[in-house]
Amino acid sequence: MSKFKEILLTPIFKDNPIALQILGICSALAVTSKLYPTLIMCVALTITVSLSNFFISLIRNIIPTNIRIIVQMTIISSLVILVDQFLKAYDYETSKTLSVFVGLIITNCIVMGRAEAFAMQNSPGVSFLDGLGNGLGYSLILIVVGTIRELLGSGQLLGIDILTTTQNGGWYVGNNFFLLAPSSFLIIGLFIWALRSWKTEQVEEKEFLMSKNAPKEVETHHA
Amino acid sequence: MQKDSIINIILVGIGLCVICGAVISTVAVSLKDQQEQNVLFDQQSKIIDAARLLEVYPSPQEALASIEEVVVNLDEGQPSDFPADQYDLDTILRDSSQHRVLDGSDDIAMISVRENLSKVYIEYRNNELKTLILPVRGYGLWGTLYGYLALDSDLNTIVGLEFYKHKETPGLGAEVDNPNWKKLWNGKRVYDESGLVQISVIKGFSNPENTEYSYEVDGLSGATITSKGVSNLLAFWLGNEGFGPFINNLKNKDINLSDV
Repeated sequence: MSKFKEILLTPIFKDNPIALQILGICSALAVTSKLYPTLIMCVALTITVSLSNFFISLIRNIIPTNIRIIVQMTIISSLVILVDQFLKAYDYETSKTLSVFVGLIITNCIVMGRAEAFAMQNSPGVSFLDGLGNGLGYSLILIVVGTIRELLGSGQLLGIDILTTTQNGGWYVGNNFFLLAPSSFLIIGLFIWALRSWKTEQVEEKEFLMSKNAPKEVETHHA
Repeated sequence: MQKDSIINIILVGIGLCVICGAVISTVAVSLKDQQEQNVLFDQQSKIIDAARLLEVYPSPQEALASIEEVVVNLDEGQPSDFPADQYDLDTILRDSSQHRVLDGSDDIAMISVRENLSKVYIEYRNNELKTLILPVRGYGLWGTLYGYLALDSDLNTIVGLEFYKHKETPGLGAEVDNPNWKKLWNGKRVYDESGLVQISVIKGFSNPENTEYSYEVDGLSGATITSKGVSNLLAFWLGNEGFGPFINNLKNKDINLSDV
């Protein structure tokens, strides 16, 4: 049983799809300016990646090698369309906010990455767990980013005033930077820094060493 | 049978497409009613909100029952006999015989084409026109804002303005959805004595001591372009290219709406 637990939990901190594999950054920038759509996006992606892993693994032994990518794409896009349809029927407000980004789950690298790297070699049950774990790993980062952005950008969490903004007669001047996509880079960067300080084995080896002459040049500048 | 044989490639390909296609179409067809209902309900609730009808009627159903849909010929400013339940703006905007391409100088709301017929909503209270609700749209910063403007029975005082679709930046331009900002529209006036459209969103705060106060709405800070877009779309739709002729005819009692 511990093997299942490991498959489920590894992608959350040890092998996080965003923080370590650096996959799926695009949607982490796009949908996180408010927490509620972020949560829905997390659920949508987790469902998609779990089920796509499951179904791809189920037919992995009959998928011809030549067309395996197309087969994976067909299954993934079918699932995404289904998620989008259900969202439009049962949570119309959020589906309006997420608009095109639900459809873009198809191009989210995590989904196809896990299908190709894991589901093609493993049994359906384990693949499902791997998808679930990766979905949760993705969700963790998105929720952190979404919380910070909504709180500092609009002074709210899930639409409830925490820091009342001047627009609503309070004292907090919303930081507009956090409403724009680039702020996510900053937050994800800080998150990766924090994570790697905690789990130092994630730190990559240096690809090059600074040339010995470099400091001298700096010194001459100062002189 | 070999996994990579041509036969298997074709079989898996076709089989997968058929299965996925069947599942998607089944789900899409069975959810369609619910989805269309959501879209309709969303628009209706915006109409009700713009006209602030929930302050008068106990339920949205009763509010809707008081509203009549009228298709208006914008150039003539007269009701048209086009059936309101068959009115579809998307079709009109695609069909060049049903809309007019706007010249650069006329196109202040930056919508490129204007429909010949528009569907407006009229709320009757005690058999008299109480609120006129007009569909408006115009370009903001990232895309077109779609909304409803509700005018009081004098056809000059604004009851409310609601947008049901836009792509503005959350926290900046998307503050057009902020209830506190929407409240500012209530009681503002559209036309001055000479009949010109004066209403606009200004930069900063409007001073109640100014004579222009009744024509000015506070700007959205950090969203200058969206604010301008809102001003422009109101100027367009309330002006001569928009509902201007229809509003004038209504004011001069040149229209008998009960005939429609």
